[in-house]
Amino acid sequence: MIPADFEYVAPESVDEAVAALREGGEDAKLLAGGHSLLPLMKLRLAAPRLLVDLRRVGLTGIEREDGAFRIGAMTTHHQVATAGLGLASAAAATIADQQVRNRGTIGGSLAHGDTAADMPAVLLACEGEVTARGPGGERTIPAAELVRDYLTTALEPDEVLTEVRLPGMDGYGFAYEKFNRRVEDWAMVGVCALVRKAPDGSCEDVRIGLTHMGATPLRASAAEDALRGGPLDAGAIERAAEQAAEGTSPPADLNATADYKRHLARVLTRRALGAAAGT
Amino acid sequence: MGVPGGETAERTEPGGNGFVGQALRRKEDPRLITGRATYTDDMVLPGTLYAAIVRSPEAHARILSIDTAAARELQGVEAVFTGEDLADLAAPCPMVWAPPGVEVHVPDHWPLARGKVGYVGQPVAVVLGRDKYGVVDAAEQVMVEYDSLPVVTDPEQALEEGAPIIHEEYGTNKVFEWSLPGGDIEAAFRDADVVVEKRIVNHRTAGAAIEPRSALAEWREGKLTLWSATQIPHICRVILSIQLGLTEDKIRVVAPEVGGGFGSKLQVYGEEVLVCWCARKLGKPVKWTATRSEEMATTHHGRDQIDYVRIGAKRDGTVTGIHAKIIQDCGSYHLIEGPVIPTFSACVISGCYDFPAVQTDIVGVFTNKFTTDAIRGAGRPEATHMIELTMDELARELDMDPLELRRKNFIKEFPNERPHGFIYDSGDYDATLDRCLEMLDLEAFRREQAELRERGVYRGVGFSTYVEICGLGPSRALGPDGWGMQGGYFESAQVRVHPTGSVTAYTGTSPHGQGHETGFAQIVADRLGVTPDVVDVIHGDTSTGPFGKNTYGSRSLAVGGEAIARAAEKVQAKAKRIVAHKLEAAPEDIELVDGRYQVRGSPDKAMTIADVAGEAYIPADLPEGMEAGLDEMCFYDPDNFVWPFGAHACISEVDAETGRVDIVRYVCVDDCGPAINPLLIDGQIHGGIVHAVGQALYEQVVYDEEGQLVTGTFVDYALPSAADVPSFETDRTETPSPTNTLGVKGVGEAATIACSPAVVASVLDALRPLGVTSIDMPLTPMRVWQAIQAAQGRGDGPAATEQGRTLDEHGGGAAGSGPTGPEEGGAS
Repeated sequence: MIPADFEYVAPESVDEAVAALREGGEDAKLLAGGHSLLPLMKLRLAAPRLLVDLRRVGLTGIEREDGAFRIGAMTTHHQVATAGLGLASAAAATIADQQVRNRGTIGGSLAHGDTAADMPAVLLACEGEVTARGPGGERTIPAAELVRDYLTTALEPDEVLTEVRLPGMDGYGFAYEKFNRRVEDWAMVGVCALVRKAPDGSCEDVRIGLTHMGATPLRASAAEDALRGGPLDAGAIERAAEQAAEGTSPPADLNATADYKRHLARVLTRRALGAAAGT
Repeated sequence: MGVPGGETAERTEPGGNGFVGQALRRKEDPRLITGRATYTDDMVLPGTLYAAIVRSPEAHARILSIDTAAARELQGVEAVFTGEDLADLAAPCPMVWAPPGVEVHVPDHWPLARGKVGYVGQPVAVVLGRDKYGVVDAAEQVMVEYDSLPVVTDPEQALEEGAPIIHEEYGTNKVFEWSLPGGDIEAAFRDADVVVEKRIVNHRTAGAAIEPRSALAEWREGKLTLWSATQIPHICRVILSIQLGLTEDKIRVVAPEVGGGFGSKLQVYGEEVLVCWCARKLGKPVKWTATRSEEMATTHHGRDQIDYVRIGAKRDGTVTGIHAKIIQDCGSYHLIEGPVIPTFSACVISGCYDFPAVQTDIVGVFTNKFTTDAIRGAGRPEATHMIELTMDELARELDMDPLELRRKNFIKEFPNERPHGFIYDSGDYDATLDRCLEMLDLEAFRREQAELRERGVYRGVGFSTYVEICGLGPSRALGPDGWGMQGGYFESAQVRVHPTGSVTAYTGTSPHGQGHETGFAQIVADRLGVTPDVVDVIHGDTSTGPFGKNTYGSRSLAVGGEAIARAAEKVQAKAKRIVAHKLEAAPEDIELVDGRYQVRGSPDKAMTIADVAGEAYIPADLPEGMEAGLDEMCFYDPDNFVWPFGAHACISEVDAETGRVDIVRYVCVDDCGPAINPLLIDGQIHGGIVHAVGQALYEQVVYDEEGQLVTGTFVDYALPSAADVPSFETDRTETPSPTNTLGVKGVGEAATIACSPAVVASVLDALRPLGVTSIDMPLTPMRVWQAIQAAQGRGDGPAATEQGRTLDEHGGGAAGSGPTGPEEGGAS
């Protein structure tokens, strides 16, 4: 790796990291697991003047509190994958390969805002939120407001994403259907489904999150609305899944036209809903 | 084109300890597995300057100006050179194929561009300095002004009237045109009851060795040493001599540990010449190591043929002829032998089948892409692919079982001269297919397939029965008066017994992962009566051992191993004379049994090789007229090629909703003659299958319509990993080759040559109920899905060729946005 010249600091606390970011201005970048930023630097597509490494600030670990999981931003994908968090663990287990999961972090992934990454859609489907700390103190950003465009988030340049709060989703069945060419690839399309059944077996609540179907993670609202409150049989799921790509404008690439991606979203939604509903 | 061959080599039994045939673990592995191996980039010389190369971002442009002033001013930069500075090079990169009577256009290809560029990534300038980071910064400060020219990336478009001409001096983008006929091809198709035709795009792939290219040159006291990640150090020295105008005695080339080649390092690249030129110019060591991006863009690609193939047959299935027209995309410049590659397709265009007439017409074409040249299989995978898929189509046309069609037409008499002059040395094609079917249990699969189809699960089986030409090769056939390679294709060996009985064997081959140090040691050990652990095999250094021809074309064992065996047998013969003299017996009465040279009938009288070496190096009592020493050399030039063959079967399952293909089983039976080391064969077969599965399902080098390389990283270029491929069920038959005394054939390329049609045919078999009859590789999920849609009357199907297609503005990443996006906020 031959990146452009940069300065490097590894502060001991979040406040010091915020101060370093502030001082570094627009040319400063936070470094967490490094699995998104370093490849960009290697290709010289990113050339930050200052790297502020978060490896000494803590921010790791997972706690259960008031029915939600509080996940430190520096918690690795491997830790999330093996913590029994339901949908989040299922999705984290599909990220890249074991080496990447050992280094990459949930906070880094969410802050990078890559629409092809798995965790942003999980956070959106769970209706979680993140905590960010900046010079003015802490604020909470709901999942729906976090990612704004391709690789663009609501975080300010001098803010550090410190914590992820994921509702426990107790009583929900879940599934993550990820479609890619090789096991370590980004999702061509990913669909996460959360389904809670009413005592009569009908659909009490449903959440569908879409990965890589637009500039940001998306909810398949039309499909959710079609299913919520109704029966959960295979026919109903199939009809709902037909609406999974409604309103999406997925980015095409070498391996997938927008049409193909919309088709995949429908198929994967049907499969994810079926698995989550146990039908 | 006449090919000598078919003469039977005398087979001699090794004398020794029975190491040949054993699955010994590789001598190479401890250093490789524990990270102690020394690759070129590991080497550090005092005072080394690092080179960073300024490359063209344009696919076709005139260079208007190059401003190096800003780069020169940066701290630590010692020099910046452009094409003009290299005016004292004695010659451009040679291209060694010059077939008699055929005009081949070979544009001057210099290490640094002169005047214009023809592909993205072409070197334009080099920056040298003491800091390897600093020189990359400085390279960004070299300002090059280009005048863009129209770009052509599709080879068929490049041949059309009005296409942009890449090399004006020729007035055409045609590189050459030549034909390899045999038999009466017109009669073949006139007399046929059925003719099937296909157009097959065999797309461009990369070698993608894990070690990128690397070169370190030192100029010291009027002599040049180059360490390079190459498959061909000996050939490299000859070419450096020609390009640098320096005699070979002043040049040493070393290939230290080389981390994979697959043909991509069967090359002498401009960067190798460049670091040597710079080292001589500056009097300091100069090192350059490719980044992965440079490797993907400027390490030669392979395949990239468009094939129009026709097979004629009688109604009963007897084939009458095969005709192929091959359009070979050569890229914009040649390297060492690119244009010859489709000729290797022509060599095996008859496949395993008794075609009475064959013809291959080849057209090479310039496009604004990087050079194509030899990648594992080099022309033969393309041939197998078109032959086997067209035979399947013929079987459908005749409503005949595809295996029955194959068996009906298998060549059964050996040696067998094909209509175009090649002589298949030995074979038993039914035997490999029989064994393959026994392992597969086809009847059980067909039952399972039918049951699964009822449930909407699509599984299919595909077969490939192949023969390949390798063991390059007989110099008379390949050389200047044969098909025009300007070189010899012998191999050299030297076997030296040391005074106390251990052995060093020098080979002219240059392994880069194959395991020669183990296999060759087994051959020598048996012939001298020692154990393989005291046989050190030395390779890859022009300053040790005789001039050799290196490693490619599955030649190392069939040519290099045979040379080793023959040199060892010369040593054995001398040893027997010494033993006979000492034990007062006749040399012909001395036999080698379990490491003992003993008199036949009196096993109590014996000497070991150490005893013999003692006599040879303290020559107080040698037979009359014998020279001292125990050190023999062999230059072996084979009389014929060798012709490995086999049968491969693939069962795959297609998710008809998404188009995803999963290989469920892969069964293959290959025949490369008697095994020297079965473990090494299995390794080659496994890797060879993965290589072809990569092409069949995953990998493709793609350029867009502007000639920009879209697949420049391993995110975009989908090299499969171990997690993506199945386990393999392999077996072998052993049909000795009469060409060499070991009876061996090559195996490094066999599975790659065999596999891709089996994978594609399995998918077509799976999707037959849906009406899909043809899909070009790679069978990506989207392309398979598009083919299904088209068969069902929805959409146009996958594009036949993806060269030059327009990509979405957010595109580029194969399976994610990947490292292609703009800068982002927050942590990452």
